[in-house]
Amino acid sequence: MTSYYLHFSVEEQHDHEESPLSGQPDQVKSEDTQQQIIRETFHLVSKRDENVCNFLEGGLLIGGSDNKLIYRHYATLYFVFCVDSSESELGILDLIQVFVETLDKCFENVCELDLIFHVDKVHNILAEMVMGGMVLETNMNEIVTQIDAQNKLEKSEAGLAGAPARAVSAVKNMNLPEIPRNINIGDISIKVPNLPTFK
Amino acid sequence: MALKMVKGSIDRMFDKNLQDLVRGIRNHKEDEAKYISQCIDEIKQELKQDNIAVKANAVCKLTYLQMLGYDISWAAFNIIEVMSASKFTFKRIGYLAASQCFHEGTDVIMLTTNQIRKDLSSPNQYDTGVALTGLSCFVTPDLARDLANDIMTLMSHTKPYIRKKAVLIMYKVFLKYPESLRPAFPRLKEKLEDPDPGVQSAAVNVICELARRNPKNYLSLAPLFFKLMTSSTNNWVLIKIIKLFGALTPLEPRLGKKLIEPLTNLIHSHSQHRDLTGICASVSVLISLSSGMPNHSASIQLCVQKLRILIEDSDQNLKYLGLLAMSKILKTHPKSVQSHKDLILQCLDDKDESIRLRALDLLYGMVSKKNLMEIVKKLMIHVDKAEGTTYRDELLTKIIDICSQSNYQYITNFEWYISILVELTRLEGTRHGHLIAAQMLDVAIRVKAIRRFAVSQMAMLLDNAHLIASNAQRNGICEVLYAAAWICGEFSEHLEEANQTLEAMLRPKVTTLPGHIQAVYVQNMVKLYASILQQKEQAGEKEAAQEITQLMIERLPQFVQSADLEVQERASCILQLIKYIQKLQIKEVPVAEEVIALFAGELNPVAPKAQKKVPVPEGLDLDAWINEPPSDSESEDEKPKTIFHEEEQRHSRHRQPEIDEEELARRREARKQEQANNPFYIKSSPSPQKRYQDTPGVEHIPVVQIDLSVPLKVPGMPMSDQYVKLEEERRHKQKLEKDKKKKKQKKEKRGKHHRHNSLHTESEEDIAPAHHVDIITEEMPENALPSDEDDKDPNDPYKALDIDLDKPLADSEKLPVQRHRNVETLKSPDSEVPLVEKKSKKPKKKEKKHKDKERDKGKKKEKEKKVVEEEEEEKKKSSKHKKKKHKKEKEEKSKDKKKSKKKSHHSEEEPPESVQNGTLEDEPLPVSSCAQTYDIQGNLQNDSQVTVSVIFENKSTSFLKSMELNVLDSLNTKMLRPEGSSVHDGIPVPFQLPPGISNEAQFVFTLQSIVMAQKLKGTLSFIVKNDEGSTHEKLDFKLHFSCASYLITTPCYSDAFAKLLESGDLHMSSIKVDGISISFQHLLAKICFHHHFSVVERVDSCASMYSRSIQGHHVCLLVKKGENSVSIDGKCNDSTLLSNLLDEMKETLSKC
Repeated sequence: MTSYYLHFSVEEQHDHEESPLSGQPDQVKSEDTQQQIIRETFHLVSKRDENVCNFLEGGLLIGGSDNKLIYRHYATLYFVFCVDSSESELGILDLIQVFVETLDKCFENVCELDLIFHVDKVHNILAEMVMGGMVLETNMNEIVTQIDAQNKLEKSEAGLAGAPARAVSAVKNMNLPEIPRNINIGDISIKVPNLPTFK
Repeated sequence: MALKMVKGSIDRMFDKNLQDLVRGIRNHKEDEAKYISQCIDEIKQELKQDNIAVKANAVCKLTYLQMLGYDISWAAFNIIEVMSASKFTFKRIGYLAASQCFHEGTDVIMLTTNQIRKDLSSPNQYDTGVALTGLSCFVTPDLARDLANDIMTLMSHTKPYIRKKAVLIMYKVFLKYPESLRPAFPRLKEKLEDPDPGVQSAAVNVICELARRNPKNYLSLAPLFFKLMTSSTNNWVLIKIIKLFGALTPLEPRLGKKLIEPLTNLIHSHSQHRDLTGICASVSVLISLSSGMPNHSASIQLCVQKLRILIEDSDQNLKYLGLLAMSKILKTHPKSVQSHKDLILQCLDDKDESIRLRALDLLYGMVSKKNLMEIVKKLMIHVDKAEGTTYRDELLTKIIDICSQSNYQYITNFEWYISILVELTRLEGTRHGHLIAAQMLDVAIRVKAIRRFAVSQMAMLLDNAHLIASNAQRNGICEVLYAAAWICGEFSEHLEEANQTLEAMLRPKVTTLPGHIQAVYVQNMVKLYASILQQKEQAGEKEAAQEITQLMIERLPQFVQSADLEVQERASCILQLIKYIQKLQIKEVPVAEEVIALFAGELNPVAPKAQKKVPVPEGLDLDAWINEPPSDSESEDEKPKTIFHEEEQRHSRHRQPEIDEEELARRREARKQEQANNPFYIKSSPSPQKRYQDTPGVEHIPVVQIDLSVPLKVPGMPMSDQYVKLEEERRHKQKLEKDKKKKKQKKEKRGKHHRHNSLHTESEEDIAPAHHVDIITEEMPENALPSDEDDKDPNDPYKALDIDLDKPLADSEKLPVQRHRNVETLKSPDSEVPLVEKKSKKPKKKEKKHKDKERDKGKKKEKEKKVVEEEEEEKKKSSKHKKKKHKKEKEEKSKDKKKSKKKSHHSEEEPPESVQNGTLEDEPLPVSSCAQTYDIQGNLQNDSQVTVSVIFENKSTSFLKSMELNVLDSLNTKMLRPEGSSVHDGIPVPFQLPPGISNEAQFVFTLQSIVMAQKLKGTLSFIVKNDEGSTHEKLDFKLHFSCASYLITTPCYSDAFAKLLESGDLHMSSIKVDGISISFQHLLAKICFHHHFSVVERVDSCASMYSRSIQGHHVCLLVKKGENSVSIDGKCNDSTLLSNLLDEMKETLSKC
């Protein structure tokens, strides 16, 4: 893993992707390539059955045979990581689990709309876990602590000036029929069967 | 002001924020593009405002749009503005946007350097954190160079949050700026033992990532990792380390032996707890271990056994991992995997594509002559069933890989293989047309016996070209037509119905094919034409010959009109040729012989690297100008190039004839002899000059005519039918064979018995391909240079990181330091001694001091870090004159020394060494074999250890091996030996020395007391191996540990210095040296350099200097220069140390 980006397509299924812009010199990938990667990855991942393995050898598009896609599927969401052979496959599966659980903690019972409307926050959370394509932290408590501290800092900076803006956005959200809290991403612990816990 | 702010924020309430944008996009599903372009316009307005909050909001929205695939690089400058906001909230938005859209080509990126540096040193840890995170995504070589030093400082930050990020980002820095690896490595190594698990894990991560690419440079860390492995509870770290060991063990077999037991235990304990993850991890390491130890079959057995459990598990993930691990074992122990063939074949039927792909991978190593056809048949069925081009392509490449591996070793029947290839052309939408084509060409060229069959198949392909071309023109399957056309043309003598094929090639449809294929068509139809012409002429059918010429003339113009230059050129050439032939034909001149002569001779396959391996003949300088370069006129720039190229080619072409004819003949004879005696030799001698040599040795290999009445040549395109037919045929024949000879085994496949009937006794069971097919090997130039260098990819970004990390740092390797950040009131590492910077008279020196201080700042906690460095050398008398000083500086501090000083040091220090050498007991050396150079360094982790790096240089002409270095320990100084060995055991030097080669080994010594200089006697024993045999030799030497080598150059401020002097617990001593003529400055430099002092203050001809020992003794000096003399007053905690130091100094100075 060397670099990543997030993506949510505004369709039924959501594809949250971490993709390598790997260490190769042709690192400059245009937005078009990025979209293509996302589309194809989504295509590959979404057509896979429920009870198959969580690994996919992606081929040329994701940078050759050293890289593979590792994904997990939660209700309507796919979390896809693209990693090279230096990462342990089960480790990454566990990392995705940690990520989802962290999201769940930070958003308080996360639903997919949380992720769609707060991409920036998702980015910030991911930044505490993965940095420049390498795993930075796997301990959920540590991640949550740092995120909370940063949120606190943000709040203190906003102070008085931030209050009206917050109020307005709260009002805006109030009469929004389209944020139903009940679209939960499902029971996050049951989705991947038979996986031993990975300390 | 406050009012303005509130007003601004009220305005802001009505700006769209990110959520509004997302909502808007979702509400405008129909006209999304229009809505977004509207939003972008709004954003552009917002970016023009002064309010940073508005800008940040705009950038935040842009980041979202970038995610949707919109280009936002136009806002790069605004992003930088937001990055430089003072509030963390905005800064974070800015850095996020930057990490998403900046890349190496972003030109404004260099504007960020100072901003990032500022953020890195921010008192707020999250500012620093966010800057590091952002930087990790867009670091460029320039940024890496400029910021490497700042990041390195952060590696010792007090907050673990910063430390772990700084450690992790170093990997990115190394990649972009490989020069930083060596200076940063010691600190990285320290971080492996950081108290914070996060930092530790980051360091493990980085080192594993580095070691994955260049494992041999990290061998020295093995003990440390071993310790970590046994002590760590963090699974992440554990897995990383295990992976690292996987890379290390092949390089160091002893490591494998050590690891096998703990890991085997690990597997057992994990299996008891059903902790499959653990099993996976340990199995994967056992695998890599085993590659280092081919004989450890027990552990391999265990692995395979455990893997089988994994593969049979119902969990698909484990199944996948099991197969993945299996493929690693396969590389080293194919036998043990082969017994699980059933399991793997079973996996081919798995519903999961990933698992099938893995299983496919394994098949590659499992085929044998016996089962190749069976496996390929299975694969072909899968090809038919397969959905999705990826998997199908994968199957296709696998089939070809499996069949062609090791020079077609497993193929017993090439007709079968050709039909497989032909069948594969039916694959729609494959990207691998060229692969199939290459195989067809390769087989047809190299397997002579198959040509007739191949040609018939290819003719069929050409006939059905419309199917192939229309089906998959885009997907490159039409590449096979390239091969088909070439084969039909080149081997046209085997063609039965050449007329028909020629007509097929002349169809108008052909012009829709890609240019390069048409070109081959055009070229090969002439070959075909030539052979038809000959046929007809020999048969006396002049009419028919003219008809065919007429056909060519009619059809060729369609190629002359081609848009492709190559096709056009060839076609018009050939058209003219044929018109000329027509004229001759009308005059009834027999032309066929001459036309055929155009294509006489055979083309031999040339190995891909052959050209590269042609040795440069003696006396040829490829770099020399052949013609003087013309004067600098621009227009002629290209001319010399072409001349040069041509000349070069000519050289390589003419090289062979240059070889002495006699020598050639001799070689040919020898080769023939060898071939004759080797039944497995599968190369015939197709080159023209050999063809008529009727040597039975070469020609005994019968080129079998294949009986084409056998329905192998199945007409028509429905290939699956054909395949079934082939299979039936095969079975039928097997039956026949069985009837004939009961002992004949299954492996003798269809078609083969024809040959056997005619050529061989049927008693042979396993028939080597050489008996019935001759596979021509690719040609290599004679006396080709054996070299493997060409396998390396020069563009590999990781190659730059292949750096020897054990070598101490050189002066030139310092990280660039920014100068303007000098802080004047920093404390020295020793906080009990407040120090004040002195005004340095040498600007250069000042810089360096600052650098030190910056580093020290980060190091407050690790104040016990000591460095001792001593440079000294000692030689045997035999090598005295060849002295080669090797300088090493491992720790940054030692870099204070200036290069200029270093040079002067050279000349100066050597005389005392010769004195030392004089005192050595010089053993008479039979060969002037080995030169040693050494240097002593303090060990970072330990204040009572020094590391001695010894460079061994073999000055003799013999090969030196089994070197062992032993030292007679004193009470005070002992060599650190591996556990369990006695004090009399030497330490083996881990390498051998061919003549003229030097290499370096390190030895660690422990010291009790450092107040006295030490001398240790030692012996180097080694075996000298040369033509006459090998002898055991010894070489005695002495290691000199001077007191100065225990000192570390430590900067000190003048008031701290004053306090130190006042404290009164220092002993005093002084010396005076007369007859000093050098300048005072030079003199100080000398003391700094040789004795590791730093200047605290200097007034006129009087200076105070300071240094510390590795055990924490302060040493203060007052140096005064008189008319012709120098007096030095010293103060130190330890009087013995002081007097010894002063003595050494006296010696140095008296040489001035």
